[in-house]
Amino acid sequence: MSDRLLDARLVVDRGTFRLDVPLRVAPGEVVALLGPNGAGKTTALRALAGLHPLTDGHVTLDGVDLDRPATEGWVPTERRSIGVVFQDYLLFPHLSALDNVAFGPRRHGVDRRAARATAREWLGRVGLDAQAQRRPRQLSGGQAQRVALARALAVAPSLLLLDEPLAALDARTRLDTRAELHRHLSAHPGVTVLVTHDPLDALALADRLVIVEGGRVVQEGDGPSVTARPRTDYVARLVGLNLYRGRADGHTVRVAPELTLTVADRLDGEAFVAFRPAAVALHPTRPEGSPRNTWAGTVAGVQRHGDNVRVQLDGPIGVAADVTPAAAAQLQLIPGQRVWVAVKATETHAYPATG
Amino acid sequence: MPRRRGRVPAALLIPAGLGLLFLVLPLAGLLIRAPWTTLPQRLTEPGALTALRLSVQTATLATALCLLLGVPLAWVLARVEFPGRRLVRALVTVPLVLPPVVGGVALLLVFGRRGLLGGWLDATFGLTLPFTTAGVVLAESFVAMPFLVIAVEGALRAADHRYEEAAATLGASRWTTFTHVTLPLVAPGLAAGAVLCWARALGEFGATITFAGNYPGRTQTMPLAVYLALETDLESAIVLSLVLLVVSVGILVALRDRWMTNA
Repeated sequence: MSDRLLDARLVVDRGTFRLDVPLRVAPGEVVALLGPNGAGKTTALRALAGLHPLTDGHVTLDGVDLDRPATEGWVPTERRSIGVVFQDYLLFPHLSALDNVAFGPRRHGVDRRAARATAREWLGRVGLDAQAQRRPRQLSGGQAQRVALARALAVAPSLLLLDEPLAALDARTRLDTRAELHRHLSAHPGVTVLVTHDPLDALALADRLVIVEGGRVVQEGDGPSVTARPRTDYVARLVGLNLYRGRADGHTVRVAPELTLTVADRLDGEAFVAFRPAAVALHPTRPEGSPRNTWAGTVAGVQRHGDNVRVQLDGPIGVAADVTPAAAAQLQLIPGQRVWVAVKATETHAYPATG
Repeated sequence: MPRRRGRVPAALLIPAGLGLLFLVLPLAGLLIRAPWTTLPQRLTEPGALTALRLSVQTATLATALCLLLGVPLAWVLARVEFPGRRLVRALVTVPLVLPPVVGGVALLLVFGRRGLLGGWLDATFGLTLPFTTAGVVLAESFVAMPFLVIAVEGALRAADHRYEEAAATLGASRWTTFTHVTLPLVAPGLAAGAVLCWARALGEFGATITFAGNYPGRTQTMPLAVYLALETDLESAIVLSLVLLVVSVGILVALRDRWMTNA
């Protein structure tokens, strides 16, 4: 396909673990592989880079098979048009920032002077002209991250790979670097695949999210659709929603044997129901009158959550509720206490579980 | 102030002191008995200078040979998975524990005029190794190479191999990665290994005298000269020993300051 610069199906068997991730990315597109630790994200990245051979499937970049076990097609890492930003950067400690960035162009046959000129230009672009002669250990975390990005981009790769690019930074630096990184990724004409376990990084940097759990893609889409319609508990937790799967029949969804929720959306068949913890109200006695979903629950845990208090409740379904500290004090919430849980139908969001 | 954890037991303190004395006293003897007044003349005697020059030359050549063969060997041991790797590693360390005289005999059996390879080398290239300066280099290399291989392999294993992956992603071939990334990363280990190797080669005696003989100017290195002088001229032997002692201490100091404290 001409509009897909990268076309891959990454299959890697590692003992009992099997990674099987299809990935198609258009030029200029930034895709984030998002998933919990051990989901296989880094293995996928290493397979794209040629640092880990595929067991099956293929990696095709710009029409060329980089790895295709079926036909024994294989292009070694050093001959792939890639740039990699490693999680801990792996800047060569014996080279200055400038020579680190010039390393790639030099290996691609550019003479020393031209390579240095390219490197200087890239260091300028990431705002590090003044640090060109510094060794990696003399750079701050944020600066090292930018040198690593410049080094990866200096070879004008068709495929840019980033492994947890912001994970090694402290919170403050992370915020600044994230914005700057977004600018550079948007400007990159090739394909960008980044791997992260941080939903904020993924949402801020990527055009499309591919959620990987246990070696498989569980959900895919742009930021708003993934955050509005999570399809697994992991994604729901990431975006802070209560999520249930059940059977819909018109305006009701049966989410547990003895609990049917009334929802605003109308649909039939297998469905998800999602609602925010802040949409959950707690009452000492059964509320009456309003068209609410109500059920009895037991407090399982109470934690501070921002300005509010997050209450975990057991019952026919486990649910997280955010209440104000005043309400929490009034209800005298302690683990084991029985309360009534209420959610308005208009606060819920129901969508089909298939397709 | 650190708190004292009771007294040091005499049962440990006394043997420890004796042990230290045992190691230091002979060196002190060397210094005490040295003919300090005639030292300058003795040092500049042609015999002493020749032996010193030959020692330094052969030890340096041996180190070069060890680097040329030993670094790739260390790299293969550290980076390439192959069956029998443990056995190869064990074989590499054999010269460490082998009595050097045995090494000399073994070298003679292989490189001697009627040895396994020596005869062929002599007939084909007219190359004779035993009882030549090249033979000295060979004997020293045989004994000293394990020091280099072990040091470099250790450094390679300790170095983060992901730097080599990073180099590959930037387009570096395995050879370029080796020369531009791996070697600089292990430079301290390499230097320490080379210095140890040089020191071992400089002090080589058993294998050298067995394989290369004891011809002044050609195969008589410092340790051999010391041994010979001991029978004829004690003061000369002391002076030559003193030179070797100074060189050894110098190496130790260089190693400590530059590499070992950083390790």
